[in-house]
Amino acid sequence: MAQKKKIWEAVIHGMFLVLGLITVGCVLLITVYLVISGIPAIRKIGLGAFLTGKVWESTAAQPHYGILPFILTSVYGTAGAIVLGVPIGFLTAVYLSKVAPKGVKRALNSAVSLLAGIPSVVYGLVGMLVLVPAIRKIFHLPDGASLLAAILVLAVMILPSIIKVSVTALDAVPKEYEDASLALGATPIETYFRVSVPAAKSGIAAAVVLGVGRAIGEAMAVMMVSGNAPNMPSLFESVRFLTTAVASEMSYSSGLQRQALFSIALVLYLFIMLINAALNFFLKRNKEGD
Amino acid sequence: MLKARASARRRAYIILMHVLMGAAAVLTCALVLFMIGYILGNGIPNITWEMLSTAPSYLANRVGILPDILSTLYIVIATLLIVLPLGVGAAIYLNEYAANKKLVSAIEYASETLSGIPSIIYGLVGMLIFCKNGTSLLAGALTLTIMNLPTIMRTTQESLKTVPQSYREGAFGLGAGKWRTIRTVVLPSCVDGVVTGCILSVGRILGESAALLFTAGSAHMLYGFWEGLHNAGATLTVALYFYAKESSDTGLVFAIAAILMLLTMLINLAAALVGSYFRRKQQ
Repeated sequence: MAQKKKIWEAVIHGMFLVLGLITVGCVLLITVYLVISGIPAIRKIGLGAFLTGKVWESTAAQPHYGILPFILTSVYGTAGAIVLGVPIGFLTAVYLSKVAPKGVKRALNSAVSLLAGIPSVVYGLVGMLVLVPAIRKIFHLPDGASLLAAILVLAVMILPSIIKVSVTALDAVPKEYEDASLALGATPIETYFRVSVPAAKSGIAAAVVLGVGRAIGEAMAVMMVSGNAPNMPSLFESVRFLTTAVASEMSYSSGLQRQALFSIALVLYLFIMLINAALNFFLKRNKEGD
Repeated sequence: MLKARASARRRAYIILMHVLMGAAAVLTCALVLFMIGYILGNGIPNITWEMLSTAPSYLANRVGILPDILSTLYIVIATLLIVLPLGVGAAIYLNEYAANKKLVSAIEYASETLSGIPSIIYGLVGMLIFCKNGTSLLAGALTLTIMNLPTIMRTTQESLKTVPQSYREGAFGLGAGKWRTIRTVVLPSCVDGVVTGCILSVGRILGESAALLFTAGSAHMLYGFWEGLHNAGATLTVALYFYAKESSDTGLVFAIAAILMLLTMLINLAAALVGSYFRRKQQ
């Protein structure tokens, strides 16, 4: 009887072990699939030509597969979104964490949660119907679908992540630090920006990195406002991101073109892995209270 | 003199920071209000009962979104059915069984990695793995399962951590085995984490589009649950994307966007209510 119970417990333990290992399995599965399907095209095209080629003409008679425009667009687009989104998100977070009265805090918190929950196609739709025509009119362009429109949409979309993670970090700053600063004669505002913010800097760095990850991975909203022409990035021209390069041609691709799309996904995946490692570094440092 | 200048500079700094902070907070609020007002204002007048209750038909010249609503519902149900046992099980393993620290940190790192992978990559890999026989709602649900695994795992684990150790010791002391303790003592006390995880997942599934584009397809056909799972179908977000790109009927597009917006608000409200309910119960 005791023997039977022991075996039963061991079976259950084994079952939970398998369940626990599922996430690891999923990550390995995704990595293996992306590498296996991404490598062939890179080998055929050549790594140098693939990464630094400036021309993408996948459907031409003499196809060119250079993804430098996509890489640069993704980098510039993300940088632009960060430049616009981080200051707004950071200042809102300080206000939310330190200054806001209770009622305002609750309202602002639920507003930020709502902003995080709005589907990306809805952002894309608003960008398409409001932002793109506005850009066309203001800058007298033939078409408003451009890198600028994508940057603006991305800046709004990364706001909630930046605000939430920064608020968590700012809330965790020990009250004693602030009390000491106030006792030394600093005003509350000086205390928040010169004591609390530096104390929470790892958490705020993590928020920025999370924003970078969100911006570089966003596909649908960007696809609806950026025009999708494989140009080298320029603020007022139609551009294509790494994500949208995959999404826009997948449905009708075949052969080497399709394989090249998987290679683009592999490049995007490597970017994301780097960002994840950075995020983990900052989060860990934040936890250690450095 | 020097002192006066220094204090003037301090005052200027304080005022400047106040203004900047206020401006940022107002801008964030204005963005939210604008999104809600613009989408609901343009969308709600366009929602009609006929649209909600029929399938699109060229013959009758009407655009119904009932199939898209049902597809969304089916995909939510199927994903939750698959992801719940997996995610809760993984959380139980991490919190109750795992003794090897390296293994635990490997699992946690994997789960963080999963939550950082962009949905377009999930869509692509889902297409490679699950769509050998073409797109279907089930393939979409399986893809979303991997995506939502970290969410369910994290919320369940957080609530498992709040179950007092003495509960477990009490059960062991009464002669219960490990599994019996988990089943009768630990699991019932982590309902709040599971419910919170479900709500968050539903919100994520509702808003997802890139991962479903190549896995669940874009058909607008009326099916029952089981039949629907084996056929392609567009969820509301995917339908919104295609209509926004291809159709000139902005009324329809705004109507779908408004429905999505209302659902998002509903989910947020539910999450807040559930959160405060469980917090009150804990105290």
